[in-house]
Amino acid sequence: MDQYTLNLLVIGASFALYIGIAIWARAGSTAEFYAAGRGVHPVMNGMATAADWMSAASFISMAGLIAFLGYDASAYLMGWTGGYVLLAMMLAPYLRKFGKFTVPEFIGDRFYSSSARMVAVLCLIVASVTYVIGQMTGVGVAFSRFLEVENSTGLFIGAAVVFCYAVLGGMKGITYTQVAQYCVLIFAYTIPAIFISLQLTGNPIPPLGLFSDHVGSGQPILATLEGTLADLGFSTYTQSHDSMLNMFLFTMSLMIGTAGLPHVIVRFFTVPRVADARTSAGWALVFIALLYLTAPAVGAMARLNINTTMWPNGVQGEAISEADLPQWFANWQVTGLLAVEDKNGDGKIQFYNDAAPADSPIMQTAAERGWQGNELTTFNRDILVLANPEIANLPGWVIALVAAGGLAAALSTAAGLLLAISSAISHDLIKGAINPNISEAGELMAARVAMAVAIAVATYLGLNPPGFAAQTVALAFGIAAASIFPALMMGIFSTRINNKGAVAGMLAGLLITVIYIFLHKGWFFIPDTNSFTDADPLLLSIKSTSFGAIGAIINFVVAYFVSNATEEPPQEIKDLVESVRVPRGAGAATTH
Amino acid sequence: MNNGNGEAYWKANVRLMITLLVIWALVSFGFGIVLRPLLAGIPIGGTDLGFWFAQQGSILVFLVLIFFYAFRMNKMDREYGVDEE
Repeated sequence: MDQYTLNLLVIGASFALYIGIAIWARAGSTAEFYAAGRGVHPVMNGMATAADWMSAASFISMAGLIAFLGYDASAYLMGWTGGYVLLAMMLAPYLRKFGKFTVPEFIGDRFYSSSARMVAVLCLIVASVTYVIGQMTGVGVAFSRFLEVENSTGLFIGAAVVFCYAVLGGMKGITYTQVAQYCVLIFAYTIPAIFISLQLTGNPIPPLGLFSDHVGSGQPILATLEGTLADLGFSTYTQSHDSMLNMFLFTMSLMIGTAGLPHVIVRFFTVPRVADARTSAGWALVFIALLYLTAPAVGAMARLNINTTMWPNGVQGEAISEADLPQWFANWQVTGLLAVEDKNGDGKIQFYNDAAPADSPIMQTAAERGWQGNELTTFNRDILVLANPEIANLPGWVIALVAAGGLAAALSTAAGLLLAISSAISHDLIKGAINPNISEAGELMAARVAMAVAIAVATYLGLNPPGFAAQTVALAFGIAAASIFPALMMGIFSTRINNKGAVAGMLAGLLITVIYIFLHKGWFFIPDTNSFTDADPLLLSIKSTSFGAIGAIINFVVAYFVSNATEEPPQEIKDLVESVRVPRGAGAATTH
Repeated sequence: MNNGNGEAYWKANVRLMITLLVIWALVSFGFGIVLRPLLAGIPIGGTDLGFWFAQQGSILVFLVLIFFYAFRMNKMDREYGVDEE
């Protein structure tokens, strides 16, 4: 059986499983559609949250980023896990006790203001839509690569699958589907990593392998990697190349963005009890950590594998000859994401950093041996995880499994985001403001229509990507960090913050963050309309991706001063806050 | 539940939370980023302890923190009589 048929079989089987579960668990009432009737066990909920959370960015991109950035990519690892500590302690139990379905509903009730609720809807939609565009783009790329179809065809197939289980199933469908997706994606991620760790270190546990000795050199893996990188003129792997200030703020933005993203928060509305909301966050992090502890090993080992593949006898020996390049080179060259060019025509492929300083040893070696520049001309970071099983010579079924895993990651996140968008529109905008008397059936219909419209918009924007996949994700985090997280936190931890303070804070955080990003990335991401670049940012060394933390501080400060300058919240709101703080009396959810 | 109980419970909760968040910040922003130069002398698997905290240690500590918080809070819910019946 050839690889194409195998990919098709494994991906098809995984889809049949997801859609089957969605049909089996079809939602009947609004409570089930939004929050799975609150009957989801914490471990199941943690697994589903993990699948929801780990998108194409975590599965496909992150290990590649780590491989090429080394220590500097640690911000992703700490940021995308540390946010769960904030969630478990500062938000999840109290929002569950509050007992409503959506994030804007909490903000509207706590700040006794429908304007606050509408501002929260705006923040939620901006953050979720930007995030989902990136996911749809990822779905399209992964489908087209493994089904060998055109990018747009892959995107349409992906949109149809998302539509089926998100629109028909609602949350309950999504919860159990996402449990299945988690299982697929974690096997797909760890199996190649285990084989590679065994090959390189003899240790079958990748996170331990990362700090073990390399079987070839007898030196630690990281020291071996540093050695080969230094030989080839590349910058160090384990040292910092970013400013400490920017790395600090970037990590902080990702952490509080994690705790502020509505599709993650809404997960904690679906557990039976307040105590379960706390443990659910813990279980979610357990399942996320399985991938996040593996990723640094995947990154470092893949980087080492590339170096030793290109230089089988070290840089003092001969480079690999073009005819001896492994099969995966040919497979990936087709996509244009990997390219070699024998610039000096010696039949060998010299891979080194041709941008190293002129007086560095590698440049002198290059001059002596007549190299005409780096001949591994293109190596896209995003192919690293998908190509990993091929790099390590693993069997075809592992390659197909990784393809299914990447799709599971992208699809599950897209579906969770779409649910958050549709409930914000149908529940908060239509039922909460436009037509409060809408029937349950009408609300459910509105939610499904909103979801279909959101899929159409995301598919359209995914077809014509504005060319900023990585920045889109960062923007979504920055917005969530600067707008939603501070409002939720102040709503729980302060009885003094009032309606005017919350609205002013959210708007200030949102606008200043969005403007800072547009100043660096172009207005509405239109190229060449930016006044600054991330290499030379407006404020100190703060890149636009790191600004969410500053936006959050602005939100807190504005809300504090505006609240103190205006009247105190009424007594019933203070009582509401007091009651949210204690678990007793957390019953089933109510719609009003 | 009387009000005094609720207030004492909330104070104890905030105290526990702040203690755990100090540890949270110390292992990530501290050992992983700002204090890394101080840990440069402690070698581990070909690099230093700061790198380990940034790429592995902090995540492991986060896990312990959440489960410890959940365990303590569940106990406190009962002690202060505010648990869900």
